[in-house]
Amino acid sequence: MTEKKKLKVATTSLAGCFGCHMSFLDIDERLFTLLEHIEFDRSPLTDIKTCSPDCDIGIIEGGLCNAENVHVLREFRKNCKILIAMGACAINGGLPAQRNHLPLTTILEEVYHTSPGLANGMIPNDPELPLPLNQVHPIHEVVKIDYFMPGCPPSGRRNLEGADRSVGRQGARTRAWPDAL
Amino acid sequence: MSYTFTLDGKVIPFADGQTIIQAASAAGVFIPHLCYHPEFKPHGSCKLCTVRVNGRHTASCTMRASAGMVVESETEEINAERRALTQMLFVEGNHFCPSCEQSGNCQLQATAYHLGMMSPHYDHFFPNRPVDASHPEVLLEFNRCILCSLCVRASRDVDGKNVFALSGRGIKTHLIVNAKSGAAGRYGLRAG
Ligand code: SF4
Ligand code: FES
Repeated sequence: MTEKKKLKVATTSLAGCFGCHMSFLDIDERLFTLLEHIEFDRSPLTDIKTCSPDCDIGIIEGGLCNAENVHVLREFRKNCKILIAMGACAINGGLPAQRNHLPLTTILEEVYHTSPGLANGMIPNDPELPLPLNQVHPIHEVVKIDYFMPGCPPSGRRNLEGADRSVGRQGARTRAWPDAL
Repeated sequence: MSYTFTLDGKVIPFADGQTIIQAASAAGVFIPHLCYHPEFKPHGSCKLCTVRVNGRHTASCTMRASAGMVVESETEEINAERRALTQMLFVEGNHFCPSCEQSGNCQLQATAYHLGMMSPHYDHFFPNRPVDASHPEVLLEFNRCILCSLCVRASRDVDGKNVFALSGRGIKTHLIVNAKSGAAGRYGLRAG
């Protein structure tokens, strides 16, 4: 039997809470079956730090709250054939976007200076820290997104079904995903 | 005397003076809508209830039924337009369902589900709309307001009080309270 080429899947959590990734892991032992059909590339699950240039599917959790998020999102778009927005934060900014009506300086002042219990606080300014954006943005405002999987978080089952439906449309090769269910 | 028209091929009876949406709902056929409420005069502003009547787009909540009309509602084209309108409503306001008390009992949310809205599609406005919490019993949550004018009609036509009105034009349209300070707490508004 000739072995089918595995789909390369990359995932990342931008301005999200990792709840979507946890929910993805809720597919439990079906992950083993899935792994016969896919391999993880860049992902918090593998700790690989950059995308291979030939990823089939990129799954993005979370919106954009800082400059690094934008950088990572662009890297995913460049290297993944299909990009999926997973969960409310990626789709509409979600919880982090609830800061959007407040000026960034007001938020930083309150968090690091004026909250009760803070003595001589300072706003972190290490050059290694990515700069926060003035507002949190959904990812489709920056790159083209092929499929959306709503929910906060989408359930494990939905994760599979959603990915299944989205990749299923791309042709027979990607049928591996539904088969894995 | 009874008349009929067809809605997506189904024969719908109607009485004199009934609008398309009234006759459809009496016959158990659902047409998506947001600013229409059976107990108030139609406003015809959200356009979610748009149907095609004899080939022309029109709001089914304001259009009177007439005998022999051919009405189309559940077509892919019309539902795509309804979905686009719903997406615009979502991005123009701040509709954060997970923290909203109305979640699960919200016509805007239900409409988005009904139309299979998977994403906002457009860029979010994230407008700054402070809530009006000046009244002891009523909280005005402007972030969720879609300008359906149901509160305006309820207050004006049923309570005879004229507490609310829509002011401004286009994207600047907003809800105002009939009080000098503009805040609900200054108006003798009573809940219940
Ligand atoms: S959608 Fe919900 S679970 Fe997913 S990252 Fe956002 S807050 Fe967390
Ligand atoms: S329900 Fe008819 S225009 Fe809003």
